Amino acid sequence: MDAMLHISTLHYLVLGAALFLLGVIGVLTRRNVVIVLMSIELILNAVNLNLVAFSRYWQGIHGPSALHGQVFAIFVITDAAAEAAVGLGILIAFFRNKETVNVDEVNLLKW
Amino acid sequence: MNLTANPPVATPYFFYGLAAIMIIGGILVITRKNAVHSALALITTLLAQAALYLMLYAPFVAGVQIILYAGGIMVLFLFVIMLISIERTMKERQFNKQWLVGIAAAGTLGGLFIAVYTTTTKGRVLFPQGTVSYVEAGNTQGVANLLFDRFQGTYMFAFEIASLLLLVAIIGAVVMAKKRI
Repeated sequence: MDAMLHISTLHYLVLGAALFLLGVIGVLTRRNVVIVLMSIELILNAVNLNLVAFSRYWQGIHGPSALHGQVFAIFVITDAAAEAAVGLGILIAFFRNKETVNVDEVNLLKW
Repeated sequence: MNLTANPPVATPYFFYGLAAIMIIGGILVITRKNAVHSALALITTLLAQAALYLMLYAPFVAGVQIILYAGGIMVLFLFVIMLISIERTMKERQFNKQWLVGIAAAGTLGGLFIAVYTTTTKGRVLFPQGTVSYVEAGNTQGVANLLFDRFQGTYMFAFEIASLLLLVAIIGAVVMAKKRI
């Protein structure tokens, strides 16, 4: 009961793992490229949640100015923005050529 | 001000409520037929996550999450969904042929997570069980010190490289999305 009522870093890690798994299932099973990209966003957010939770734990050890995890979360958000921009650009180019957003049709590089 | 002397009220209930919103939103993202519904569920998940950042005393990251993710990236997603026709994809099969293998792989990964999070060494789990309360005063200044300070900023060079990454992403997106350059 105490473990349920006292929210620790481990709680955030378990939530992050659950979100990561949902994102992995979405990437591996969906056919719509837009939803695959959204699942990648879910994965990146799960990582971000872990980073911020660890940052809080690190603050407890090294003082309030030890914010490295939060800085890393900001870098991950930057990466996510770049990834979304390029991914959606590729998606538009793909849709213009093949008139579909089905990820199974992306087989140009398949040997 | 010491927060242990004046603890936050009802923190576990907020945590479990927000966690439930995030999990339900994530399930909706990967199961909805309509991509717009998925995007709206993802926005809900991102906003609940911003609230969790506030609970972790990270107000700056929470603000960045709302402005950049829910406000910027998701609008980009919705614009692209609007540009491509969705009527035909909604009639098609939603899951690919290897969905069973995909779920098995994800289940294996989940088993790995469970194994790691329940591993004990000398009777203690590997990951920290407790958190220490701190006031959030100076959080934004602390992040800015790490990012921008010329002398003690550890991540100033990485920050400049990130701007270069964004420039490359802008050029790449324009080159990809434009019909003729």
